[in-house]
Amino acid sequence: MSWTTICKLDDILPNTGVAALVDETQVAIFRVNDTVYALANKDPFSNANVLSRGIVCSIQGTLVVASPIYKQHFSLEAGKCLEDDSVSIASYEARTEGDSVQIRISH
Amino acid sequence: MTDKQRLLIVGNGPVGHQFIESIVESGQSDQFDITVIGEEPRHAYDRVHLTAWFETREAASLNMVKEGFYQDNGITALSNEKVVGIDRDAKIATTDKGQQYAYDKLILSTGSFPFVPPVPGHDRKNCFVYRTIEDLEAITAAAANAKVGAVVGGGLLGLEAAKAIKDLGLKTHVIEFAPRLMAVQVDEGGGALLRRKIEDLGVSVHTQKNTQQIIDGEECVHKLQFADGAELETDILVFSAGIRPQDALARQCELEVGERGGIVINDSCQTSDPAIYAIGECALWGGRIYGLIAPGWDMARVAADHVLGGIEEKAFTGADMSTKLKLMGVDVASIGDAHSTTPGAKCYTFIDEQAEVYKKIVVTNDGQHLLGAVLIGEANDYGTLLQFALNKITLPEHPESMILPSLDGSAGAGLGVDALPDVAQICSCNNVSKGDLCAAVQGGAMTVGDLKACTKAATTCGGCTALVGQVLNAELTKMGVEVNTDLCEHFPYTRQEIYHLVRVGKIKSFDELLEKHGSGHGCEICKPTAASILASCWNDYILEPKHAGLQDTNDRFLANMQKNGTYSVVPRMAGGEVTPDGLIAVGQVAKKYNLYTKITGGQRVDLFGATLDQLPRIWEELISAGFESGHAYGKSLRTVKSCVGSTWCRYGVQDSVGKAIDLENRYKGLRSPHKLKMAVSGCTRECAEAQSKDVGVIATEKGWNLYLCGNGGMKPRHADLFASDIDTETMVKYIDRFLMFYVRTADRLQRTSVWMENLEGGLDYLRKVIIDDSLGICADLEAEMEHVVNTYQCEWKTTVENPEKVKQFRSFVNADKSDKEIVFIQERGQIRPATEAEKIADTDLIAVA
Repeated sequence: MSWTTICKLDDILPNTGVAALVDETQVAIFRVNDTVYALANKDPFSNANVLSRGIVCSIQGTLVVASPIYKQHFSLEAGKCLEDDSVSIASYEARTEGDSVQIRISH
Repeated sequence: MTDKQRLLIVGNGPVGHQFIESIVESGQSDQFDITVIGEEPRHAYDRVHLTAWFETREAASLNMVKEGFYQDNGITALSNEKVVGIDRDAKIATTDKGQQYAYDKLILSTGSFPFVPPVPGHDRKNCFVYRTIEDLEAITAAAANAKVGAVVGGGLLGLEAAKAIKDLGLKTHVIEFAPRLMAVQVDEGGGALLRRKIEDLGVSVHTQKNTQQIIDGEECVHKLQFADGAELETDILVFSAGIRPQDALARQCELEVGERGGIVINDSCQTSDPAIYAIGECALWGGRIYGLIAPGWDMARVAADHVLGGIEEKAFTGADMSTKLKLMGVDVASIGDAHSTTPGAKCYTFIDEQAEVYKKIVVTNDGQHLLGAVLIGEANDYGTLLQFALNKITLPEHPESMILPSLDGSAGAGLGVDALPDVAQICSCNNVSKGDLCAAVQGGAMTVGDLKACTKAATTCGGCTALVGQVLNAELTKMGVEVNTDLCEHFPYTRQEIYHLVRVGKIKSFDELLEKHGSGHGCEICKPTAASILASCWNDYILEPKHAGLQDTNDRFLANMQKNGTYSVVPRMAGGEVTPDGLIAVGQVAKKYNLYTKITGGQRVDLFGATLDQLPRIWEELISAGFESGHAYGKSLRTVKSCVGSTWCRYGVQDSVGKAIDLENRYKGLRSPHKLKMAVSGCTRECAEAQSKDVGVIATEKGWNLYLCGNGGMKPRHADLFASDIDTETMVKYIDRFLMFYVRTADRLQRTSVWMENLEGGLDYLRKVIIDDSLGICADLEAEMEHVVNTYQCEWKTTVENPEKVKQFRSFVNADKSDKEIVFIQERGQIRPATEAEKIADTDLIAVA
């Protein structure tokens, strides 16, 4: 699978996320300073595609997003849920290339 | 027949009820058949706070019996029925309805009746006593056609009655036989100051007046003629000249009674018949009637313990008659030997005529111990002085330091709670000792609220609240508990401190705040908190790039996120007023985007099911129809609900809709620690339910009554009456100050009700800050509010006018589509989110419009 260009870095406000559609997959892309992270956009607790709209946080040094629905935290690096070990969501490779944001989804 | 012991309680007042509660609390109530008979139409209610009835005019607010209490505990409770005879040999009580009740143990808690001096004319119409809710209802009804009211009796209850009459809008007189008010509790010097303060409030005080007869008046209904030849005219008259024990039943069945009345009891509260107990104001112990609630409750607990077999070996050994109360807003306290009748006693007196404060302490001849005290005008030292007197704690070398103000700003001579023994009684109303409180803290109580809930301390008169707080803090410190009040791991400060840092440091962004005072990246606790504080202080557009990522779920996209990731939209309809064209426009938008439509509790319309990308388009249409953001998504002012008021209503006395619209337009957009709700009612019928709001306004003939700190929700709380009959300008000034003081000092997500309950000093303190400007901050508070009012913007208007901002609402950054996983089902003619099962079944699903 190759890298897909999603948007410009400036399309994402610092310390927020946006949703993107990659083929039929809904992806949440977060920008922390000039680094980008990509996770599945679906919140497994509510089954709503909303994680891109959550608040970006650091909990004990780990960068996470808090679900806007029930506030569980998912690590930006790996998609692990901090509140429930048995739950994790897909995480994707993400990078900036020039002023573009790119992600790669491997199946 | 049952083999259970039959307990019959005659008289269902606070003391009789305490007896039953003590039996139930022992866990052994199933061994008894309990019947309580009361002659009043309602069960036990709080007579101590009888005057509070005038605030709500609802008996329910004084009710002392928890819902389901009688049913849950198998207790038979009869009202409107009076026991008229007792057959002690057969152990049977007979009522006025001809019913007979057999008993094994009988408890007389018949209380007292008001003494009405037998002067000619005392039984004329519009002559009342002040004892029951029915008395208050009758006084209120009579006051409607009266201009002048007089109270005979200048004691504690008489002054309460005078306040009630004053509040009913009547010219008020107090007539006292003795040379001063509250002659029992207060000495001459204190009485003089008390009189001055009461007169300042517009109540005329007449002392040394012996009423000879009451005849027809010329200007008013009655004329009182006094022994000294003076006369006074009044329309209504309330007798409050002391109480007499209600011992008629005891006399009928020939129990021993005192010479001047009262049923004689021993230390176990038994009468001369061991199967019959007497408790409360009908009982005579040691030749004395105790006319306060605390000793009555003590007796109830002693009698209950004795009935249960004397497990705790409780005994009634007299009671301390010290008391602290607020009469017409004046602090009055009296401790022990207030009149220094103890041989050799010496006094220290401090009088501050400027501040109108009078303090006196009575000490033993050697100056070692405190015997009594009188405090008028300011009674903050009551708790400390009472502990010195009750526990015979050695006074400091200069006893006068106990009452002298500290000029160097240090905290006076106050008593460290550590000096108190564990048996020291902190709450005399509910008999809670320092040891009880410490045990509760060790058991996990962390706040004054916790202690109130689990020990009942400070829940009756509240006089011990400050002391309870001190015991709590001392005990927590002793346990090594460090109460961590940090907002979160990123900021070692409370919300209040962060507010201060932002305001004083003129900090304008979260990044700046984090850099100067925090660490890490922030989280979903500190970011929205900071966003709210920044908005309260500087009122920027909340979706500025530097603020957008801080906003909580709903603020982030200026709409309320629902469970399926769609949003609901609420246009503002100030005061609940909307034109037909406006309503049609809302309907057209809802129809076009196929939104589910519901009327809210706040008198407006909520439109559900909008996707993120639809929001700016929906708002563009609503704005062009004349609507603006309703801030339903914000921790900010939601609505000001109103009834239709004097414009249309036959009963309204003011334009409540107009006032609600003014208030809503003034405070709309104000970000606060939690959501705020208000309401304005056009008359006392209160159709807008203002007393369930953070700010409630009720119209009166003369202006507005302002209620604060109510809320509905999980733990409902009625608002407290804060100020009466104020004009609009004063009302707005008070609300400005109140809201900004709340914004400054509340914790995150703390409603005004909880905030106020946690303020040391509660409502009185709030009055001092807001009305008397005791902290000297009111000018700042008003200026801060003025800034917020002047910088208001409709956030949706700002958004839709700027294409860059609208871009933030795209469902996908790289595709002009909606989330196709959002699907609905038709129900009752509208959409609702499809369940997971319905999505899988895939029939009749409706896509986003």
